[in-house]
Amino acid sequence: MSANTWTIATARDALRKGEISAVDLTMSCLTAIDAGDTLNAFVHKTPELALEQARDADRRLKAGDAPAMCGIPLGIKDLFCTKGVPSQAASNILKGFKPEYESTVTSKLFDAGAVMLGKLNMDEFAMGSSNETSAYGNAVNPWRVDDRMLTPGGSSGGSAAAVAADLCLGATGTDTGGSIRQPAAFTGIVGIKPTYGRVSRWGVVAFASSLDQAGPMTKTVRDAAIMLQAMSGHDDKDSTSADIPVPDFEAALTGDIRGKVIGIPKEYRMDGMPAEIEALWQNGIAMLKDAGAEVRDISLPHTKYALPAYYVIAPAEASSNLARYDGVRYGHRAKLSAGDGITEMYEKTRAEGFGPEVQRRIMVGTYVLSAGFYDAYYNRARKVRALIKRDFEQVFADGVDAILTPATPSAAFGLGEMADADPVKMYLNDVFTVTVNLAGLPGVAVPVGLDAQGLPLGLQLIGRPWDEAELLNYAHVLESRAGFVAKAEKWW
Amino acid sequence: MAIDIDTARKVAKLARIRVEEADLPKLAGQLSGILGFMEQLNEVDVTGVEPMTSVTPMRLKRRKDEVKDGNIQAQVLKNAPDAREGFFAVPKVVE
Repeated sequence: MSANTWTIATARDALRKGEISAVDLTMSCLTAIDAGDTLNAFVHKTPELALEQARDADRRLKAGDAPAMCGIPLGIKDLFCTKGVPSQAASNILKGFKPEYESTVTSKLFDAGAVMLGKLNMDEFAMGSSNETSAYGNAVNPWRVDDRMLTPGGSSGGSAAAVAADLCLGATGTDTGGSIRQPAAFTGIVGIKPTYGRVSRWGVVAFASSLDQAGPMTKTVRDAAIMLQAMSGHDDKDSTSADIPVPDFEAALTGDIRGKVIGIPKEYRMDGMPAEIEALWQNGIAMLKDAGAEVRDISLPHTKYALPAYYVIAPAEASSNLARYDGVRYGHRAKLSAGDGITEMYEKTRAEGFGPEVQRRIMVGTYVLSAGFYDAYYNRARKVRALIKRDFEQVFADGVDAILTPATPSAAFGLGEMADADPVKMYLNDVFTVTVNLAGLPGVAVPVGLDAQGLPLGLQLIGRPWDEAELLNYAHVLESRAGFVAKAEKWW
Repeated sequence: MAIDIDTARKVAKLARIRVEEADLPKLAGQLSGILGFMEQLNEVDVTGVEPMTSVTPMRLKRRKDEVKDGNIQAQVLKNAPDAREGFFAVPKVVE
């Protein structure tokens, strides 16, 4: 098997034993990337940088100074600012923007010896669930069942497609309402959104600051543990990043969950949910029981209100965060006509630079924050958010260790199939994941099976705050019992 | 609450996004749909509930009030669409 298909754990061990060089490993990924242009996952390739970093990694490996990520080739979501490399959040308003600084997450990964292969496609400003709002065009799911091109999900669609198609060993993603977990589920890979504050947001283009968290997207749970380790930790430059110790996530993967209590929330059994999703969920329950966990029915009564609360809070924060794109300091500026003043410059620049979904969300946010509606919408949504968080706190206080739910309400759908749908219909993709962002909890999507057409389906595990270590262990158990080994058959 | 065309125009203005008159009805319809979806929040009793502020109660870290970097004017201006003589250039603001 070509080295680009390896897991991070396999590659780490092979690199340390000298069975492969970081340069050769990187070359195998660069070759796969060039052969995978149809997927439109990598939108800015950085082969020179990758080979330079790989040569450095080989020197460190030779010197015996090799952290776990040393020499591991990764894809980086376009939302992360990377020094001297285009970072445009898949938006035309940041076309040509090359940051003069490096995000904390990519700095940490590079300090650990990781190799950047390039920047990955995504929904514009991470607003979307199908990668169809990207200024680069759609990313394509490597899985398919007929002639249709399927969505890899979103917003981290390029990350998911790249990992699932073995273009890289792992990728960074970000998750504001499900943007790591939904694409992971749609492509049969693992994605974890850590507890809010576990990973620094500094240098990550902001969407909704109280919800955004970065995390790894990988082929296995073990890889997620290894990569999350390198991404986590306090950062002086992000005041919301938590100053608490980062445990050894990989060491926590004992496979022993005997006596642990797994909650099954009845509110996640949605009307009209496909029978296959229900069956998958029941399979997951049986697997955890079989591993010695106690399964308990629980109630999270405010679940129904998570999506509407999210679609007040996230656009409100986005409208404020995206006010900075004004055509003055960076990015696009519209060509002005004679007599245009500064207001026309703002209005034309933002109309040209932002795509329709981003414009819509900015305007929704502007509306819910405007005088007269602030209390009725924004403050009410923040209070409902507190109740959603309280639901989880109650369940954890009652002795539940983790919660098992479906990751998505369906398998991957066809690109373009939702084009004429109401925007709200697309928002329903986040129905199982968005509660986790609102409550700030860690959540992980694990591939568990295939649907009747042969497309991957995932389950989600939700953990206690700051308990990613335990959460990854449950995910590890689910992964081993499910024995999901299917890969997308190469057609690209 | 239904958003009429005047409200859509006003929101676009507040957001500093130019929307052509012909596109306002569609925008108003979409905003109405999204806001209608949010109306469900009115079913929830939020009496006495404080808005959520953090995942676990913690005090935001503070740092010393000291200069850590600076003298990077060229870097700050590097990505500007129009920078002149060490400044960001914009259309005339004051008559």
